[in-house]
Amino acid sequence: MTSELIVFIVLAIISVLAAVGLLSSRNAVYAALFLILNFATVAVLYLMLNAPFLAIIQISVYAGAIMVLFLFVIMLLGAERLNQAAPQPGLRWQRPLAIGLGALLLIQAAYVFITRFNSTTVAPNLIQAGPMEIGLKLFGPYLLPFEVTSILLLVAIIGAVVLTREK
Amino acid sequence: MQEHKIVAPILEFLLKSVVLILIALTGFAYTTLLERRFIARLQARIGPNRAGPQGLLQPVADGLKLIVKESITPALADKFVYFLAPAIAVVPALIVFAVIPFGSGPLFSLMGDLNIGVLYVLAVLSVGVYGAVLAGWASNNKYASLGGLRASAQMISYELAFGLSLVAVVLMASSASLNDIVKYQQPGNILGWLIFRQPIAAGIFAICAMAELARAPFDLVEAEQELTAGFLTEYGGMKFALFYMSEYVKMIAMSALFATFFLGGWSGPFVNEFPVLSLVYFAVKVLIGLLIIVWVRATLPRFRYDKLMAFGWKALLPLSLANVMLTALLIVLGVY
Repeated sequence: MTSELIVFIVLAIISVLAAVGLLSSRNAVYAALFLILNFATVAVLYLMLNAPFLAIIQISVYAGAIMVLFLFVIMLLGAERLNQAAPQPGLRWQRPLAIGLGALLLIQAAYVFITRFNSTTVAPNLIQAGPMEIGLKLFGPYLLPFEVTSILLLVAIIGAVVLTREK
Repeated sequence: MQEHKIVAPILEFLLKSVVLILIALTGFAYTTLLERRFIARLQARIGPNRAGPQGLLQPVADGLKLIVKESITPALADKFVYFLAPAIAVVPALIVFAVIPFGSGPLFSLMGDLNIGVLYVLAVLSVGVYGAVLAGWASNNKYASLGGLRASAQMISYELAFGLSLVAVVLMASSASLNDIVKYQQPGNILGWLIFRQPIAAGIFAICAMAELARAPFDLVEAEQELTAGFLTEYGGMKFALFYMSEYVKMIAMSALFATFFLGGWSGPFVNEFPVLSLVYFAVKVLIGLLIIVWVRATLPRFRYDKLMAFGWKALLPLSLANVMLTALLIVLGVY
């Protein structure tokens, strides 16, 4: 138990530092690298929660595919330097909204943290969440949310195709 | 007692990892020699044969040369990422070996029984592209940036078909553990190998593996005539050697993966009586794979860039999707 605690504390510190680095770095490539580090530590946290499948998916989808795409776009646009100009007038209303939603998320997290503080078990019956268990859950009780998510993604793809179509 | 339970496995992993890395590095050194000698033969030359008998000391000479070279850093490079990139390139190439079973029994593999082995392979290989991308960006050189951009676009395009070709394999073996996939191909005769039962998947895997390696005919990442040396342009000495190492170690890894997924891995006659034979079978299969990779490089010209992207998205991806559906259908119908 103690060795697990030490690993968790080290991982948590790295993860938080990476998140802070992501927010504070002025260079978009460095921000992307910090985000990859953050994803990697979260993957190890999944591993500690007996979810190796999720951990690997976290690496392969987020760190492997999505972030490669992010870096590709950053490099293609040459947009790695943050310009100091004021936000565009049309986007001004976004700042208070972001603060409000962020505060809401913090309150929620604090609520969960305080109410669950003394419970030591992570899950009632601990099993290794392998590919089979996850698959059975996804195509069993969670079939509807799963399919709705796929339709959502499909809509996004069609939207991208429509937006980039030549007139 | 409790301490032994923790320490002993860690010690075992550590020892096996050291042995594995030593084998991979020796393999890297001699794969370069193999490639140079074999390509020379294919082009009716002799190749490097001066250092030691048959040129066997050539890798040592090359290594020494690269170590003593002057280390140059471009003035406007992003220093930290510039030094980080070679290391990022090497690590994924080396840790793929963790899940490959080299022989029968738990002694000859680090984590061959991992139940998400196939996913681990895909995850590690998809992270491997960062080395080239970051090197291209950090060098602050137009050729290098273009090389890095091409690397990321190519990797994204071919990764999907690569993964889908493995889905068919996982469906057949109904396990994502590499050792189980080998065992699935083991009983009976040579026709149990998945290359005969999944020829489309094997073909797609071979093509995508070549593209992920960024070797000819997919070497647009470092196309000399257009991009000098692509992302490698500003690298020299040991940093160049690290990139070189990652390419060749990945070559061995891809060959080993192909052997594991489609050529029956370590299986072969008399394996159960003499477990050591399994190592020999596996080594022979990997060696044949390496020779084919070199042979392809000596034979085929480079793709044009737009053709490369079109081929990945419009030919390989639909074909691999159709193959997954066909395989699933045949399994449901009870043909497999």
